[in-house]
Amino acid sequence: MEFISILSIFVMACFVGYYVVWSVTPALHTPLMAVTNAISSVIIVGALIASAPAITGTSGLGKWLGLVAVVFASINIFGGFAVTARMLAMYKKKER
Amino acid sequence: MHDTVAAVPTWVGFAYLISGVCFILALRGLSSPASSQRGNRLGIIGMAIAVITTLIFLKSGFVEILAAIGIGAAIGIITARRIAMTDMPQLVAAFHSLVGMAAVLVAASGFLAPEVLGIAGSDGVIHQASRIEMGLGIAIGAITFSGSVIAFLKLNGNMSGSPIMLPGRHIINLGTLLAIIGLIGLFYTDQSPWIFWTITALAFMIGFLLIIPIGGADMPVVVSMLNSYSGWAAAAMGFTLQNTAMIITGALVGSSGAILSYIMCKAMNRSFISVIAGGFGAAPEAGGATAKTDRPWKRGSAEDAAFLMGQAEQVIIVPGYGMAVAQAQHALREMGDLLKKEGVKVKYAIHPVAGRMPGHMNVLLAEASVPYDEVFELEDINGEFAQSDVAFIIGANDVTNPAAKTDKTSPIYGMPVLDVGKAKTILFVKRSMGGVGYAGVDNDVFYMDQTMMLLADAKKMVDDICKALAH
Repeated sequence: MEFISILSIFVMACFVGYYVVWSVTPALHTPLMAVTNAISSVIIVGALIASAPAITGTSGLGKWLGLVAVVFASINIFGGFAVTARMLAMYKKKER
Repeated sequence: MHDTVAAVPTWVGFAYLISGVCFILALRGLSSPASSQRGNRLGIIGMAIAVITTLIFLKSGFVEILAAIGIGAAIGIITARRIAMTDMPQLVAAFHSLVGMAAVLVAASGFLAPEVLGIAGSDGVIHQASRIEMGLGIAIGAITFSGSVIAFLKLNGNMSGSPIMLPGRHIINLGTLLAIIGLIGLFYTDQSPWIFWTITALAFMIGFLLIIPIGGADMPVVVSMLNSYSGWAAAAMGFTLQNTAMIITGALVGSSGAILSYIMCKAMNRSFISVIAGGFGAAPEAGGATAKTDRPWKRGSAEDAAFLMGQAEQVIIVPGYGMAVAQAQHALREMGDLLKKEGVKVKYAIHPVAGRMPGHMNVLLAEASVPYDEVFELEDINGEFAQSDVAFIIGANDVTNPAAKTDKTSPIYGMPVLDVGKAKTILFVKRSMGGVGYAGVDNDVFYMDQTMMLLADAKKMVDDICKALAH
């Protein structure tokens, strides 16, 4: 992909983010932070690529760093979505 | 320009795009509690698509990768189940630090073995564009990590919440920041390891230096700001890997954190720059700002409070962080239920900085089974105090202080506050008359004619009111 197309995706996504986040109700700002935490761990994609090769020679350390990154990102992904789900389940309407 | 990564099959790129769209819809779902759970599920689906796609595409190293995911999943899920809702700000800060560290590790791994990420030619020379992206990724990641660790220690009480001011810190911070930018520029022309590792070390240092002078009252802004940084770190790595899912997510999270920081700053009438400069919430000078208890005030009992609220048509409850510290939210909801049985209309008024992070108080009330349609934001309820018989303030102080509107010399001047003074009667639950809020200023509400001070531990007071109401 050319740099300019990637940059275009990025800039458009910033605008989408701006409008979507302003539409989030203030009552759900804490779950918003928890869930953005979880999704920003999509960085796990990079960590997975870095951990894939067999341990040989110079790439050995790179692989181990990648695997540690996979652990960290997984904590965030599972923890983030789980704690968001736990919070959201508590929001209830008045019983009538 | 990026040979290996650019050679991914079309379906892989398509899958990442779908996962990016799922993430947008996940945030969109949070526009109302009713759609929020579906949103969260879409987020999980998006993440599963991204991870599974990558694994299929990689075709190797599954055993150790699945083991790593398993370890992370176990730690994450156990933590998420056990964490107390009052500790949510610490948890979020800890999670931010992990995103930051993951970005650092991926960038470092990419530097050590660039061919794996497909960011170097066959001669081992890293593409120049990738160097800038990696430099930014590792710098933002490292700042996010060390900043979040400090924020965690402050929120968790392992470190004093009061600001730690180094002499000449503005010069040091600015110098470090410029050095990082300069070194990233140099890294573009020269991929020597010392440049890369110096950027990393300086970024870790500045994350630490930026957060230590920031006081406890400003932590909601800091947590939001670090949320934003973790997004930009993911976006920078997305550029390196040319990954659509990472770029879209990074932009979403980056904007989200930035908007939350803005909302928090506005709620405290603080400029972003002054928060970053730090020092707010420092210990007040002796004698200057402690409550002047020589002014006349009235003390009430739980029975008085129960009687007044039982007779009322509408009661507005104003909870603050002190309520959560005293673990009074369940007792408070019980009090609300008893009042509703008497035919009293009960509403909750939430100031944006009532908790320790954006929306924190709403979560605490939701945990105590307070229906979310009884809970209102500042701008939606402020007009209603004038038509209310009782304003019941519990564990809040600064957010009700009229000095924010009238006293230009007050440190909280200009901050939007709840107009509790317009209610016919004010019941103010407070531990003692001596204590002051975060800002260290006296509150005129204590001394108003219609105010009755209920001096006790918040939970005990609410329990006693419940007992009196049940009679």
